[in-house]
Order: sequence, then C-alpha cells, then structure tokens
Amino acid sequence: MAATERIEEIRAEATEAIGSASTTVELEELRVRYLGRKADLTQILRGIAELPPDERGAVGKAGNQARQELESLLESRSAELDASELGTRLAADAIDVTLPGSPPVAVGAQNPLIRTQREIEDIFIGLGYRVLEGPEVELDYYNFTALNHPPGHPARMAQDTFYVDPSTLRSDLRIPANGDELPPGPEDVVMRTHTSPMQVRAMESEGPPIFVVVPGRCYRSDPFDATHSPIFHQVEGLAVGEDITLADLKGTLDEFARAIFGPERETRFRPGFFPFTEPSVEVDVSCFRCGGSGRLSDGSRDPLCKGVGWIEILGAGMVDPNVFGFVAANGYDPEKVQGFAFGMGIERIAMLKYGVPDLRKFFENDVRVLEQFR
Amino acid sequence: MKVPESWLRGYCDPGLSTQELADELAMHSIEVERISHVGAPSPDAFVVGKVLSVEKHPDAERLSVCEVDAGEGGRTIVCGAPNVAAGQTVPVALPGAVMPDGTKLGKAKLRGVESDGMILSEAELELGDDADGIAVFDEDSLAPGTPLSEVIPVSEPVIELEPTSNRVDCFGVYGVAREVHAVTGAELAEAPWERDAEAAGEGEASDYASVTVEVPELCPRFTARVFTDVTIAPSPLWLKARLIGAGMRPINNVVDITNYVMLMTAQPLHAFDLDRVPDGALIIRTAKQGEKMTTLDGVERTFDDGMVLVCDRNGPSSVAGIMGGQVSEVSDETTRVLLEVANWDGVNILRTSRKLGLRSDASNRFEKQLHPELAIRAQRIASRLLVELCGAKLVPGTIDEAAEIPERHRLRLRHERVEKLLGMPITPDQCVEYLERLGFEVERDGDDLEATVPVHRHHDVTREVDLVEEVGRIHGYAAHLPSTLPPVGARGGRLSREQRLRRRAEDALRDVGFEAVVNLSLTDPGMPGRLRIPDADVRAEPIGVSNPLSAEHSVVRTALLGSLLDAARYNRSHDAERVALFESGRAALREGSSPHVGVLAGKFAGDRPAPAFEPWRIGALAVGELRPAGWRGEAVTAGFYSLKAALEALARQLGVAVEVVPGEEPFLHPGRSGRVLVDGEDVGWIGEIHPLVCRDWDLDAAAGFEVDLAPLVAVSPLGEESYEDVVSYPAVHQDVAVVVDESVPAAEVRAAVLDGGGELLRSAEIFDLYRGEQLGEGRKSLALRLTFRAPDRTLTDEEVAERRIAIEAAVQKIGGSLRE
Repeated sequence: MAATERIEEIRAEATEAIGSASTTVELEELRVRYLGRKADLTQILRGIAELPPDERGAVGKAGNQARQELESLLESRSAELDASELGTRLAADAIDVTLPGSPPVAVGAQNPLIRTQREIEDIFIGLGYRVLEGPEVELDYYNFTALNHPPGHPARMAQDTFYVDPSTLRSDLRIPANGDELPPGPEDVVMRTHTSPMQVRAMESEGPPIFVVVPGRCYRSDPFDATHSPIFHQVEGLAVGEDITLADLKGTLDEFARAIFGPERETRFRPGFFPFTEPSVEVDVSCFRCGGSGRLSDGSRDPLCKGVGWIEILGAGMVDPNVFGFVAANGYDPEKVQGFAFGMGIERIAMLKYGVPDLRKFFENDVRVLEQFR
Repeated sequence: MKVPESWLRGYCDPGLSTQELADELAMHSIEVERISHVGAPSPDAFVVGKVLSVEKHPDAERLSVCEVDAGEGGRTIVCGAPNVAAGQTVPVALPGAVMPDGTKLGKAKLRGVESDGMILSEAELELGDDADGIAVFDEDSLAPGTPLSEVIPVSEPVIELEPTSNRVDCFGVYGVAREVHAVTGAELAEAPWERDAEAAGEGEASDYASVTVEVPELCPRFTARVFTDVTIAPSPLWLKARLIGAGMRPINNVVDITNYVMLMTAQPLHAFDLDRVPDGALIIRTAKQGEKMTTLDGVERTFDDGMVLVCDRNGPSSVAGIMGGQVSEVSDETTRVLLEVANWDGVNILRTSRKLGLRSDASNRFEKQLHPELAIRAQRIASRLLVELCGAKLVPGTIDEAAEIPERHRLRLRHERVEKLLGMPITPDQCVEYLERLGFEVERDGDDLEATVPVHRHHDVTREVDLVEEVGRIHGYAAHLPSTLPPVGARGGRLSREQRLRRRAEDALRDVGFEAVVNLSLTDPGMPGRLRIPDADVRAEPIGVSNPLSAEHSVVRTALLGSLLDAARYNRSHDAERVALFESGRAALREGSSPHVGVLAGKFAGDRPAPAFEPWRIGALAVGELRPAGWRGEAVTAGFYSLKAALEALARQLGVAVEVVPGEEPFLHPGRSGRVLVDGEDVGWIGEIHPLVCRDWDLDAAAGFEVDLAPLVAVSPLGEESYEDVVSYPAVHQDVAVVVDESVPAAEVRAAVLDGGGELLRSAEIFDLYRGEQLGEGRKSLALRLTFRAPDRTLTDEEVAERRIAIEAAVQKIGGSLRE
C-alpha cells in the first residue's frame, strides 16, 4: 500500500474515532494512538527520508496535512467534551436555593421615635435650620422666667412641673429650699417642661438672624395615659430676623406638614395662648386619612380626625417681645427683630403617622413593635 | 366653660347654627371642646298644658286622672304627682316625645286608665332638681299647646369652651357673647350691669355691717351690700335651667343668684347669712398658722399664714375667693344677706387653692386675676335679681374697701406694625371696628390708633403686640393668612459634626443587630442599689424630683444600664428569643465634667451653665442569642466577646480604635469585665452582667457596654482623612504565631509585636488562639496577621526579615517565643 493511501486510511479512521470519543480521557488515548511518538502517522513522517526522493514530497505533504487536521479535530472535540463534562459536574452541584441564607446576619431596628425625630430634623435642615440641644435638668430661669411666665403662672406650679430637690444637686446650686412656697424663682431647678428653654440659650449665644430646631426629652407631672406621659419628646423651632412674619410661620409649617404627612396637606391656624408667643396659635393639619372631608371613602365618620377633617398637631406663635427683652443685649432689640417659634410633640407626630394608639407603647420597647420600624 | 346656647343667644344671636357658631368661636376666639346637650334630644312634642280637672284614679291610691288641655282640647293624662291641681299651667310631653334619657313616650295604660301623655317634673326635663312633683308655671297667660321650647330650654345645646388662662373674661357667658359680637358683628345686648336695683331697705349698709381689710395687697377691693326681708326658696325654672345647662346644681334662690351672676360675668360672689356674722363685722386678714375652718363642702381645712380668710370676730367665716364656711352659710332660715363681691390677688388664690387641694368655680376665675372694677358690676346685677326673685329689700349704700383702682391702659397701635408682624394686611378701619366690638375705646390718629383697654381685658392686653393679636384673630387667620417662607438670608442648615457622628454610631449598632430603645429617664431611687453601686459612687446619688408622681419615677437616671435591664426583662417575659437593645441618650450626674466640647459632653449654649452634668451615652445590652443559629451553623450567644465585637464595629464606623483593659464594675462579672479606653481615656465599661444583677432582673445571663460618646467623636478622623497610596508600593503580608504564658494578655502580645515591627508594620491582627500539649502546660499560642508596608518603596525580603527578628526579640522580652 502506498504511504499516502495509508495516511488517508489513518486520517479517516482517526477522524471517526475522535468524533465518537465520549470523554476527555478517551480523547487523550486517541491523541496518543494517532499522534503519539509510536503512532503510525508519526512513524510514516519519520520514515520519509527513507522513501524514494520523488515520493517524499507527496507523502510529507499528505502526512503533515493529516496531522494538522487531526490535531485541530482533537482540540475542538476536547473543547466540546470539556464543556459537556463541566455541565454535568455543575448539574450535580445543584443546591436548594430556597433555603434561607446562612449564617444569618442579625439586622437591628431603628426606634420609631428616633426615626420621626430625625425626619423632622432633616425637614428643617432642608429649610435652613440648624439643630441645637439643651439640658434636661434646667434652670427655672430658662424654662419659665425668661420665657415670660410671670410668677404664679399656672404652668410654673408644682402640678405641672417636676421641681428638682435642691439637696440632690451640686452643693453650689443648693439654694435654700423653696419648700412648697410658691411661686418658685429663677434660681430653682426643674426638669425642663418643654424644649423652649433653648430659645433663650440659643439667642444668648448668637445674634440674629437665627434659625434653629431643638429636639429633646421633656418632663411634666402628667400621669401615664393613652396620650400623656411624664416623659416625652418635643421639637422646638425658632426663627428670628428683621421681618419674619406669622405668614412665614404658616408657610414653614405647611412645608413641614407636606413633608411629614403628604404633598396635599395644609395647615390651619386658630388663636391660642402661650406666655412666650404673641400672637399665639394652635395649628391643625388637614387630615391625611380622609383628605380633610371628615368622611372615609365608605361615607363613615373618620375616627382619626373625629369627622372634623383637621388634626391638632402643635402650638406656635410670634416670639413675645418680653422674651427678646431678656436677650436684648445679644442683639435682639424687640423693636427691631421679630420671628416665630413653635413646639411639637414627637410622640404625637409618630402616633398620627404610624397609627400608634397609645403613647405608652413608645416606652415599652417591645422588640415585636420595634421590629416594625427598620 | 359650659355655655347653654339659648343663654348666649340671648345676648348675641348671629343667626348661625350651633355648629357654625362653635366654629366661629374656635377659629377666632376660644377652643371649643365639644358641643353637648342637656334635656331632651329634640323639643318636638313638648308643649304647655293646662290642667282642667283632677280626679282620683279608681284603682290606685297615688294616681290622679287629669283632663289636660294641651292645645287640642282635653286629653286624659294619668299623673302620680301629689301636687297636681286643676288650673295649673304645666309642661306636658305628648306621645312621640323622646325623653332626656332616650325613651320614647307612647300611650300607656296605668292601672286600666289610658294616659295620653305625661305631665313633667323638673327632673324629668333635666331642667331642675325637683323630682317630688310636677313643675308648675307661674305664668297663667301661656296658651295651651304652646311649644314648651318657647318657654324653657327643653332641648338645649351646650357649647363647651376651653378658654385659655389669659381670657378670664370668657369664663362668663356675657364675655363669650362679646366675642361672638366681635367675630360676627351681630348686635350685642346691653350689658346686664347697666341698671341697678332700687334701694328700698331701711338705713344704710354701714348700719348693718362693717368691713376691715388688713391685707390690701392681697385684697385690692372688697364690696358688700346688705339685703333684708329675704325669702329663701327654690329658684324659678328658667334660672335652674341655665345653671344646670352651665353644669351647676341649683341650691336655693340666693346661692343660685350668686352662681348665676358669676357664670354671666366671670366675677364670683359670696352670700353670707348676715345674722350669722356677729355685728356684721368682717375682717379680711391672713390666717394664723394652723388655723382651722370647715368649708361648705363639709371638710375641715387647716390654713397657713400665707392664706387669706374672711373672718368675723370669732374666727374664719370664709376662705377668700375660694369657698365659704359653714358658719355663715345661707340656709332656709336666712332673712338677711350680706353679699360679698371682692377682688383678690390671683397668685395668692392659686397658691392657696393648690395647697388646700381645693379648687372651685370661684378660685378658677380669681386665680386668673380679675379687675377690681368688675366687683361693682356684679353687685348691681345680683341686687336686681335678689330683689326680683327673693323679695329682698336692698339697703342703700355699698360698703367698698378698695385700694387704688388701676387706671385703664391706653395703647398705641402703629398700623404698619400689623402687617409687619402678621404678614397680612388689615385696614385701619377694620382695626378700629374689631377693637371697638371687643369693647376697646379707639381714637384714630392717621392710620395709627389709640386704644383704651376695657377692664375685662386689663391684665391680658397691655402692649401694642397684644392689640395686633386682637385684630389678627378677629380678622381671621384661616381665611386671610398667606402662606409664605421667611426671606432666605446667608444661612445653611446642617447637623453638627457630633450630631452626624452620633447618628452614625447609632446606625452602626442597628446594623449589627441591635434595636434602638427609648427608656424612661426618671427611675427608681433604689436602682443604684440594685446595680450594687456603692453609696460613695456619684452614680448612687441621683438628682431627685421633689414632687414625683411615684417613687418608681422619682430620680434622674445616672446610667443607661438600669432601664436597659428593665427593657430586656420586659421582652424576655414576653417570649422574645433575641433581645439585643441599645439606647442613645443622656444620663444626669450631680457632679462631673468632660474634657471635651459640645453637647455630647454636656456643654450647652447659653450664658448660664446647666445645673447638672449630662453626658451623652450609648449603652447596649444583649440577652440570649445575639445571632441566631440558622440551619447550618451555631448561634452566637451574648457574651463578653460578642459585645466587644459590636463595640468595635461601632468604633470602627467612627474610625476610632477602642482598647479594653481589665477593670471592674460592681454590676459586672468580676472576671469578665473591662474598662473601655479611647486614646488612653476611660470612656466606660464593657462586660458580662453580674449573676446577682441578672437574677434580680430575672435574666439568665446578659452582657453589655456603656460608653460616653463625646470622647469617640473627639478622636474620630471622619471627614479629616487624607488619601494614602496603596497601589504603587504593595504591602507584604505574613503570619506569625507567638507562644506565651497564659497570664500574658493578648493586648500585651500585640503591643510587643507592633513595637518590634516598628513603622513598617502597619497592622497586626490576632486571628487565632491555640492551646495544645506541644506548647506545654500553661502556654498559649496567638496567631497574628502582619501587614508591612512602606509609603515610599517596595519592601525587600531583607527588610521584612529584619523586622521579624526585631519582633522575635520584642516577644522574648515578655517571655514569649515565635513558633515556626
């Protein structure tokens, strides 16, 4: 048989074998058999020199061609087999993707009060306010006297205010005990009854214009019930400049109401009374459940706003000139500056926003409740 | 303040519905608490009837069968009242009427006789207190069949107002009517004090009585009038109806008149039985310490020397401005009355009322400070009523002991100030109109006004800004106030750095599985003891409240731990498996200070320092599984190291390294507790809670930490970091194992390694702890991952090898060796 015919025979045989190889191991054996050192084709190519000169060219050409062809076939078949073997292996690796992730990552929860407080802070930061904080154990001077609570004002009376027992204070603050003699004086120490004392502290430390909000804990001797707690949180607001008006207060609180309760909300002012604002107003927000109609979609009375369409959310007013009188030396001439102040209960806002029925829930710290507020 | 609608409309009726009227008051004047109702739900089927004849019921001893003309001729009504008689004009409910208690009246057979209606008693109408017999009208002229509501308020809406403490004038119905007039412009009836009674008595008031005021500063005015020939009787039905509508119980005509005039004018009055005041001599003085008297409510009261009494020569007869005494109470036998209308110092009244625990309708008004001028007005109204309703004779003359009556305020209202302050325009004409309706006397001066304040607003309206409020509220905020934003000046809103970092610290703990709680910061004085804190510790001396609601909440917390333990117990007792809590808040200490600045360090704005030291803390407490097991792993239980990991995560979020050294707290496990150091400063504690403390709170085991936040924020580099190249000169990582005695703390090993590594050793993190036989008894091996890097070159093997030798030397100094 001529060498070229043999080459053709090998090529045909190998091509078929490679094509039908089913594993990469088998393929490697074929590579050794047809292209290895001892393979017939290798031997033929090695023996070319011994062939007659006129046959050498044709045999060499056919041999090398066959070799290249087989190498290429091996390569492509190997790739095919690799891929299919990987697929088989991966299929065997399959897992139950519906099992929960592991190990579990513990995820904590933010407190609804703190979250509401931050939300309120952020709204006012967006309106150009800074956030100030003050002490919870406070001087009567800041809590009452400088806020235009005349001696004998009901709010100063022991019934509403927690007075600090002087004997439990630092020795230099132990003014002779006032006992139950009323009214208390500016040197007395109280648990602050509102965040308003920071109005005066803030104005003492910087001149106008001033735009600040003051979040924090407050204390009043109200026994616990669904809407009262001896400890609660407020956010105070204070904006003073040369020409800040009651209408500006309305615009500011409209912005606030929309940010907290939704874009359709508006506020409504009614006359009110606070010793440290004049005029004073009570502020209602249009009810976000019924949209202000007082009726739910099924025509029934909205229990949230009690069918009124408005919900009282805070007290506010224009800073009383007498308050400026206490900080006149700091640049607050009552004839030249004016502005507004407001104070809202954080619990009240959070109760309305999240439908919490009872203020005491905020202080139970039940993790089943906390976990509702990430 | 309960205002019966018909009484109010008698002075000013703007022709609005009850709800509209209440809304106008709420939007312009006074908060409306609710609209309630006295009497029947509807006036329908209540009529005037005339009793034509009365016969005994054939089968019932106590019943009468009456023929009554109720407008449609005679009808038969069975009546059980003993006082029914032919010829009486009476209130009748016809079948179909709904009674005040909600029952609907039908025809009913009473012992065989059908009753076609019901003759009513005062009590059945809820218009009076008399249930013993039917009500009988004095006026014979009333036509049978006249709707009863035209005669008496059968079905009366009551507007319940909550006047603010500055508006004492609205504690009287006429004052509320003045507001309705101001808001709506509807006509206001003539003031009821315009006309006085005729003085038909004998002699002069001073013949009968005398008044000595020893404390004019506490009693700016005391007026008294004397009435003879008084006949004590029940009040007429209309008067009873008004009192009941206003929430007061009728007693007798004299007492009812004093209450009625108070409800009308806000000025309280008090009637003495003149014959029970020896010689009619009254002395107004402060009490002797410990002096006693029994007040009208039957309670014996003990007074102190700050309280004012109205006394006769034998002793106290009445507590000034608050409540009368039994000794001089008006009774059925009374024939001569001394009527006191006085003015008292409001602060003193408030103090006395609080100290006695005795609030009355009178003290509620006096404590808000009335003007002395109001006293004489009330005398005039009451005098007329006493003459008309009690047959009394007014003795000429008024005893009037008064300090100087304060001048009425005259205030200037610069018109431009109105819009400047409110941001809404109100014309000068409108300002004048609103103020005049409110009772101010106003003079124009160009656009500006001069307003004289009426006496009923004397203590409330004292400055220009008060006038601005008056015109603003009457004009109306809801309808007219624009919504604008303040002019933007050069200002920027932002959180301070410490506030931003505090939020980050809180979020860091949340993100490793802790839940934020808000605890009560008033706590139990026994708390430090329960935490085993010794008496000498400042934390055992909490700041206390003089007037706590309960001992449980009577002192300010000196640490966050106690309330965290409370919250943990609450949750464990409610079957929570995972309790990992943290609180971010203040503690308050009587002594102490922080070397740091800012509100977290308890340094606040303002000229006067805060009375207490209030550092901001973060406290965490975990009980049970900190991280659940899941389906293929072990749970992480709350213990020292898991809490330390949380603390480290918090600190790392702030870019701060915390160091923990052994250190004890009385409430911690002595072998599993440490002090937390930041840059060498002690900032708090970490550890497992002492088993005795756990037992006290019914917890199996717990661990926690509590640190001051200010020191962490002070050293935090956040926001001040600078870029460092980590690519050009790569780091070299190596692991090293150090064998030391068990007694050598890991931190000491690490410090030695870092010391030996020098500047090139950028970090050394402990990642394994091994004990085994080949190390020998009492030895341990700590594996550390070392990172070497130089900022300016790639390190050579020789350089790193050199450092390793130095590390070995450093480790040997603490008795350790490197393990190959």
